[in-house]
Amino acid sequence: MDNTQNILIVGVGGQGVLLASEIISAAAMNGGLDVKKSEVHGMSQRGGVVSSHVRIGPKVYSPVIEYGQADILMAFEQAEGLRAVDWMKATGVAVISTTKLVPAIVTSSKAFNYPDDPIADMKKKAKHVIAVPADKIAGELGNPRLVNTILLGVCSNYMPFSTELWQQMIREKVKERFVDINLKAFDRGREVKLTAVGA
Amino acid sequence: MRELMSGNEAVARGAYEAGVKLAAAYPGTPSTEILETLSARYRSIYSQWSPNEKVAFEVGIGASIGGARALVTMKHVGVNVAADPLMTFAYTGVNGGFVLVSADDPEMHSSQNEQDNRYYAKFAQIPMLEPSDSQESKDMVVTAFEMSEIFDTPVMLRMTTRISHSKGIVAINNPVAGPDRKFVKDPSKYVMIPSNARNRHVVVAERLEKLRHFTEETPYNRIEDNGSRIGVITGGVSYQYAKEVAPDFDYLKIGLSFPLPLKKIEQFVKSHDKVIVVEELEPYYEEQIRAAGIMVEGKKYMGQLGELSPKRVAEGFLRAGLIDEVHAASITPQEDMFPRPPVLCPGCPHRGAFTALKKLKVTVTGDIGCYTLGVMKPLNALDTCICMGASIGNAIGMERVKGSDKGTVAVIGDSTFFHSGITGILDAVYNQSNVTTIILDNRATAMTGGQQHPGTGSTLMGERPGRVEIDEVVKALGVKNIRKLDAYQLEEALDVIKEEMEKPGPSVIITTRPCVLMPKRIMEEPYVVDLDACTGCGACFQISCPAIAASERTNKHGHPLAVIDDTICTGCTLCAQVCPEECIILKSQFVEA
Ligand SMILES: Cc1ncc(C[n+]2csc(CCOP(=O)(O)OP(=O)(O)O)c2C)c(N)n1
Repeated sequence: MDNTQNILIVGVGGQGVLLASEIISAAAMNGGLDVKKSEVHGMSQRGGVVSSHVRIGPKVYSPVIEYGQADILMAFEQAEGLRAVDWMKATGVAVISTTKLVPAIVTSSKAFNYPDDPIADMKKKAKHVIAVPADKIAGELGNPRLVNTILLGVCSNYMPFSTELWQQMIREKVKERFVDINLKAFDRGREVKLTAVGA
Repeated sequence: MRELMSGNEAVARGAYEAGVKLAAAYPGTPSTEILETLSARYRSIYSQWSPNEKVAFEVGIGASIGGARALVTMKHVGVNVAADPLMTFAYTGVNGGFVLVSADDPEMHSSQNEQDNRYYAKFAQIPMLEPSDSQESKDMVVTAFEMSEIFDTPVMLRMTTRISHSKGIVAINNPVAGPDRKFVKDPSKYVMIPSNARNRHVVVAERLEKLRHFTEETPYNRIEDNGSRIGVITGGVSYQYAKEVAPDFDYLKIGLSFPLPLKKIEQFVKSHDKVIVVEELEPYYEEQIRAAGIMVEGKKYMGQLGELSPKRVAEGFLRAGLIDEVHAASITPQEDMFPRPPVLCPGCPHRGAFTALKKLKVTVTGDIGCYTLGVMKPLNALDTCICMGASIGNAIGMERVKGSDKGTVAVIGDSTFFHSGITGILDAVYNQSNVTTIILDNRATAMTGGQQHPGTGSTLMGERPGRVEIDEVVKALGVKNIRKLDAYQLEEALDVIKEEMEKPGPSVIITTRPCVLMPKRIMEEPYVVDLDACTGCGACFQISCPAIAASERTNKHGHPLAVIDDTICTGCTLCAQVCPEECIILKSQFVEA
């Protein structure tokens, strides 16, 4: 339905895709909206591609986003962002970490290549692509696992929830000893300068 | 109170609200989180992992006949394992309510087939409910228990991956006390000797008649009248996809899908110009509707393989002439993307076993678990995978007909061994097979998230009954050749497997390294590559470890030198063993030139 916002989150097993989608869904529910989120568990835990679909709006039916219908694509890894590019609406925005993870199947065989510059390839296809050095920022914050929360901060600018609500959701969903560092990571993301996105 | 819940969490909540006393299951995606949620959040319910689905089902039957409400959950193929008790429990009926949750996996996200278990309800002639979201998942569990007791029958709740693993908002209620019943001796009902079973089959037929009336009345089979001339008959997640695409059509939403409300369907079809059936996988509704002489169409437009999606439903509507266009995606997909299949974790002990088997070039009958990933390139070391427990029987048959000149080895995990490998070993002993079986004992049901099993020494409720030792079980079965193996030691693995394959009679090799993730994460000192010594031969890439990547540097042929990600390397040493240049060394021993 047209007044539904579709957020597709992609990454590799272990990058925290599910935590990010959990926080967005909780924010939506507490923000008074209907929400559905869907992902496939199982094999994906073993270093495979992980994707999570979150749909928020007044009334949501399908738990999955359709190809070409994502308003926001949040990618924790460059090539995974490129792999998912056709899920985006023409007017959609992609927020993508500069993280690169090359799998064993590429290094062990000549049959497959990791693209030279996935973000550049994405920019050829999609209008609004925001590359964020989230891996570097996470390193500065002292924990490489913060890429997800940094990107969440960036994407939060495109969703109708207050900073306080986001912070509250992070406090609820993140393990207590990591709450402070995640709040910092979220702030760093939220401050990233955005290009204006036309509807 | 409202809460965001997955379908599986909602089923657990429903069981709690329905006053369930006992829940039993064997893990299996996408069903596993139901019992995990029960044991974590609703501790008043006794919940347990059984060694397999058949036993879980039988434990549930016992609790039901004993007067308590019982929940039994499994993935779709688990119902095959439990089908024997299911088919006859349908005859005896219940005492306390009994609900079977079958979590199907259309698209085979984590399964070996995508069988449509709705046919099981029809086959066993038991009522079946099909939720479309988390709220219904919870509500239907409560209804299912009530129906079970009113109609004296087990009830099936049929979930699918998208229902089990999607989250939605659920309104929470307070729990009720289940019925207060005790076992009442009644052999005519519970002892299915032929003379009793014949009578009970009559009862099943009478029950079905009552259910045929009930299914016409229940609000779960509801008509949504939007004043359209087009009608859609649908249920489960397909309902959501159809509503997404065409919210203004009229709907007959099926929630109680066995028996189907055929009168309501007939009325619905009569009062619309066009009616289409939208259902995932098999034409389960469509066949029965047509068999009742009501003409509908569905599969002709929607397809029968894999998951539906809003797009597939829209395309089906278009083909059926119900809509004029389908939204086309505006961005073309990127061509030539490399695949990113799941792989064995860094340090996984299965990697050593498969590296050895690959070197020996033997034929390997496989089984189901993390180790099934041994089929992936570059390991490429698994030749069959059918169902849980199949590896041993498959190897026995292959060996008997000398189907492979290279010799056959069966490979099976510890949880799978307890599930259905024990009888395979017994067959090998009894029928004097020469087969060699490797039991990959990582002390976890790793594939599904590390659940407890008889060999782990602990239970779902957190008790510690002590481990059932696999070597003792195998010995008791009559196996004479039993060896333990440290799968991190490649040379030893090669020797042990070769020796055991040469021995007459069945041999069992049990690997001893635990899963690196469960129950504790194992991290020993990591290894690094001495890039000045690395020749870029690529031998270490062939063991397919996610910690080993190509570095920026290349050799004179342009082949990359290797680099190890020391944040995920567990120090298992396998790569160091396959490196011909001995340039993979402990991090602490590495001195930069
Ligand atoms: C009948 C049936 N029940 C459950 C499953 C789900 N399942 C697949 S693998 C697996 C467990 C494997 O554990 P184990 O044999 O110990 O191997 P590991 O993953 O630990 O290597 C389960 C429960 C299934 N495929 N079939």
